[in-house]
Amino acid sequence: MKTEPILRVEKIGKHFGGVQAVLGVSFELRQGEFLGVIGPNGSGKTTLVNLITGFVKPDSGKVIYRGKDITGKMPYTIAGLGIARTFQMVRLFYNLPAFKNIIIPLCSPRVKKLRGGQYGERDETAVDLLDDMGFERDSFVPYKLAGSLPHGYLKRLDLTRALALRPELLILDEIFSGMSMSEVASTLPLIEKFNREGLSIIMIEHRLKELFRVADRVMVLDFGQKIADGSPQEVMNTEEVKKAYLGSEVEIS
Amino acid sequence: MAEAGLRYRKERLDRGIKARSDTIYVISSYREMLYLVLPRVLPVIGLLVLPLVLRGYWGKVLVYACMFGLLALSWDFLAACGMFSLGQALFFGVGSFFAGALNHYLHWPPILTLPIATLAGGVFCAALLAPVVRLKGIYFAMITLVVPLLFTRLVVATGVWGGSHGLSNLAPFTNEWIPIYLAVVAMLVVLFGFRRIMNEDYGLVLGAIRDDDRAVMSAGINIYWRKIQALFIAAVVGCFAGAFMTHQYQFVGPSVFALDYSILPLTAAALGGAGTFAGAVLGSIALVPLSEAMRALGGLRITFYCIVLIICIIGLPEGIFHFIQRKYQQFERLTEIG
Repeated sequence: MKTEPILRVEKIGKHFGGVQAVLGVSFELRQGEFLGVIGPNGSGKTTLVNLITGFVKPDSGKVIYRGKDITGKMPYTIAGLGIARTFQMVRLFYNLPAFKNIIIPLCSPRVKKLRGGQYGERDETAVDLLDDMGFERDSFVPYKLAGSLPHGYLKRLDLTRALALRPELLILDEIFSGMSMSEVASTLPLIEKFNREGLSIIMIEHRLKELFRVADRVMVLDFGQKIADGSPQEVMNTEEVKKAYLGSEVEIS
Repeated sequence: MAEAGLRYRKERLDRGIKARSDTIYVISSYREMLYLVLPRVLPVIGLLVLPLVLRGYWGKVLVYACMFGLLALSWDFLAACGMFSLGQALFFGVGSFFAGALNHYLHWPPILTLPIATLAGGVFCAALLAPVVRLKGIYFAMITLVVPLLFTRLVVATGVWGGSHGLSNLAPFTNEWIPIYLAVVAMLVVLFGFRRIMNEDYGLVLGAIRDDDRAVMSAGINIYWRKIQALFIAAVVGCFAGAFMTHQYQFVGPSVFALDYSILPLTAAALGGAGTFAGAVLGSIALVPLSEAMRALGGLRITFYCIVLIICIIGLPEGIFHFIQRKYQQFERLTEIG
């Protein structure tokens, strides 16, 4: 039995001035699938995320989420439907304590609806969520100003904030950039765990080794176009991918 | 001891009593409790006693100061939500004209016109500015600056609501105690109300919109609806001040949309210390009587007023309230740089 895809992107395109950032990209994401997106710098990965989450309006094409057309909807509407994202450059409230950052999504109508019409004790929920993500409740970490935390913690705080929305689709935009090896090693299992529990994930990443280990499927973008799509092994052996990443062999010789 | 090259720097440290009264253990001693309670209770008592002492002319100045305090609070609230307004006169004027028109044409007494003008004015202003909540920074400021000036010309040119002559002989407050205490209590209620709102999760979201609106959007919150709510809250306060002054002066005319009502509250908030609400009140209570006291200087009044302002802003850029708060909570000492 084929399940209806949770997300279907149809020939989506966007240009900024003369630059064609994304050009006719189409793909589908099955319920519970873990899709990796790779591509050289400037290949349109982040623009693709912005197009799906409504931060950038597409010039052409459609985004269908659970059979519903969400193309060009406001970012908060799309987030309210259950598509949460993290930002490549973390967007946090640095002058608030870490756990207060998590209160913001807990104030959203979506969380209220999922909790049966009431918000409950938000401070407690926030600290619980952070505790699950390795911010131990008995340490000082959840109560410190976000601005005073190291970069790896900020990335994980951004992830926690996305998860606080109780998403059905999570889009991670280079979550591992700037993290140390040990921070990656402790965060990756968490992401895998959420995927096993049924969360669909799109992950944009430059660390190919980690990505290829966890992703079910990998899509490759280059100059705004999809050049490969398949299992990690297939993608790695594609000629075009090697070219895009390493330059063509003809040029080298 | 005084070796060459040895230098000192100023170091600021929290007072012990401040650290002790940060937690629940504050209830363990009267000293700590007073440390927390007095700075809040003394100004309140002071403001409630002041009307008994100040009669006649200076009583009116106090009322005027409270009204500017309300406008400054309204400005500070919008600023705390990321909306930099240059148009508090819009709220003031709309409230004034609602109250004036209701009283002049329908002969409703102040007890009806005040609440109706406050609420209806709030809805009107929020609806009027709703299309521009997407604008940020200087663009939002420019729109708010222009709209009240537009209303001035509209009233003068079309002659509605008395045109350039205004509506006069409006109903005054019946008792001299009512306006002065209404003004003081309203300002205190708004002051503590705003501080409470910003400490709640509701205010947390509003403050977050100021810091990073995209992050709030990605948390599934409709930021434009929240901004309209904030506009309504700020407008209600401004409209109350306008409606109140209409009955205090028994007159309303196009001058209620004047630039003074936009700029002076902003100055008061900046002088008192923006972002604290208490600063807005302090600034108004300092500036309005100062301006009145300078009437003796005649034509040069505004010049001296501006000089005082310039000195204050250069000498005390953080604002009066932040300065007092820092002195109250911290001490300074010189430490050697090793």
